[in-house]
Amino acid sequence: MQLIGCPWCGPREELEFHYGGQAHVAYPADPQELTDEQWVHYVFFRDNPKGAFAERWVHSAGCRRWFNAVRDTRTYRFLAVYRTDEARPSVREAGA
Amino acid sequence: MSTETAPPGAHLPEHPDALWRNPEPKRSYDVVIVGGGGHGLATAHYLAKNHGITDVAVLEKGWLAGGNMARNTTLIRSNYLWDESAFVYEHALKLWEGLEDDLGYPILFSQRGVLNLAHTEQDVRDSVRRVEANKLNGIDAEYLGPDDVAKICPILNVSHDIRYPVLGATYQPRAGIAKHDYVAWGFARSADAAGVDLIQDCEVLDFVTEGSTGDGTARVTGIRTSRGDIACGQVVLCAAGHTSTLLDRLGVRTPLQSHPLQALVSELLEPVHPTIVMSNAVHVYVSQAHKGELVMGAGVDSYNGYGQRGAFHVIERQMAAAVELFPIFARAHLLRSWAGIVDVTPDASPIVGRTPYSNLLVNSGWGTGGFKVTPGLGWCLADTIATGELHPHIAPFALDRFVTGALVDEHGAAGVAH
Ligand SMILES: Cc1cc2nc3c(=O)[nH]c(=O)nc-3n(C[C@H](O)[C@H](O)[C@H](O)COP(=O)(O)OP(=O)(O)OC[C@H]3O[C@@H](n4cnc5c(N)ncnc54)[C@H](O)[C@@H]3O)c2cc1C
Ligand SMILES: [Zn+2]
Repeated sequence: MQLIGCPWCGPREELEFHYGGQAHVAYPADPQELTDEQWVHYVFFRDNPKGAFAERWVHSAGCRRWFNAVRDTRTYRFLAVYRTDEARPSVREAGA
Repeated sequence: MSTETAPPGAHLPEHPDALWRNPEPKRSYDVVIVGGGGHGLATAHYLAKNHGITDVAVLEKGWLAGGNMARNTTLIRSNYLWDESAFVYEHALKLWEGLEDDLGYPILFSQRGVLNLAHTEQDVRDSVRRVEANKLNGIDAEYLGPDDVAKICPILNVSHDIRYPVLGATYQPRAGIAKHDYVAWGFARSADAAGVDLIQDCEVLDFVTEGSTGDGTARVTGIRTSRGDIACGQVVLCAAGHTSTLLDRLGVRTPLQSHPLQALVSELLEPVHPTIVMSNAVHVYVSQAHKGELVMGAGVDSYNGYGQRGAFHVIERQMAAAVELFPIFARAHLLRSWAGIVDVTPDASPIVGRTPYSNLLVNSGWGTGGFKVTPGLGWCLADTIATGELHPHIAPFALDRFVTGALVDEHGAAGVAH
């Protein structure tokens, strides 16, 4: 079990949190204009990198707020946590 | 005291001879299979055996079948709800029933049956529905009440005073387990004997391509590996958890997500558990291995991961469920736990078939349940490669189903536990 640093509550145990998948997936600006194919990419297709991944987490058993994190999917280490209205910070991946 | 000078262990029997050669990769093959897990090896076996195609290489970045094939809990069943799933898994189960003879190698296939427990009224309705769907597809299935469940598995707690009482279960008597390493070795030995090159320590890094995906002329002409470039006629990706990292190199997107999936075993116990018990609702499944370990697993860890380990609280939860269902497990010691990397899809069904590259087939997304399909999938992929026509059992699992909306949503029957 690892500690996750909620931007509001500070470090808390992993089991207080829930995972929300890839971050920064914006709702289509002009939904009527999308082809079926574009819709499917919006609804189902997500990145699946081996390395740094920007993703959403919610502190369900704490402040119940969503936030973003950059996590290394090889080591599971959190490289950064940040609020959803902030841009993805640049982080250095250990030993790429 | 003995005066003998031989080192400890010198009296043990010799290790068996190697089961396959370790050839240097040739510079070109008719068919290159990426990934030496059960799926890649089964495909190679049936290519040689059913179609006489032997100019084939299986490229494996680590050791043969050291990925999910070595880590899975070996449950085999075909009681899936939808026709598309039922057909491919039942095709596999029929092959399992003759596989030891086909391979000339022991695989310890033991048809001890599976109970899929129902804990709520909705579970009961879904289970009965699935049993009827199975029967229509010629698959053995029955719905049992708690008393009959207890007759098949007496150590199961079917009392009413637990949080999620057992209201009943589906039962598939032909389901079972097999020795996963032996299965892989049997396929490997057979493919090798037919002339297929099984190449370990050979990581696929990138692809050489020609043409463009825009006008349908794209082809993969070569594979860039840690042991040099290899030219190829046809390519099949059987790289389980790593499919999307490879397809990223080709600019092909899939809705695959890679997750850690954990399992664990207890110390060796006398035979106490005669069948397989699965519960999607309380999230644990158990069988007893041939040697005596209780083999247990549950669902994937929630987050994406390539680390081949998972979080401790996931194990803790599945143990809590196991002890409630099987009170006699309370004092069993956990011997070891491990994880694989499984690739899951939004509809819990695999992605198999064509890609924007005309000579590249993909086989992925079997997630938590692809061991049981190993012979069936290998058979169908080999047939597809040999004839150029998608075998009807794999055709429904094409990538374009996410666009057409023809999803094969097997969450109901498959759940996340297998
Ligand atoms: C803990 C656990 C329990 C499971 N339990 C069951 C079960 O009870 N029943 C069931 O039906 N299924 C089960 N599964 C799922 C099953 O193991 C998988 O669906 C199945 O093994 C996938 O196919 P495969 O055997 O070819 O995969 P793998 O054995 O993972 O083969 C893929 C191979 O590709 C190699 N590879 C990856 N990238 C590259 C590259 N770039 N170059 C070269 N090689 C590469 C890997 O090293 C690996 O050996 C379980 C899985 C896990 C992890
Ligand atoms: Zn918080």
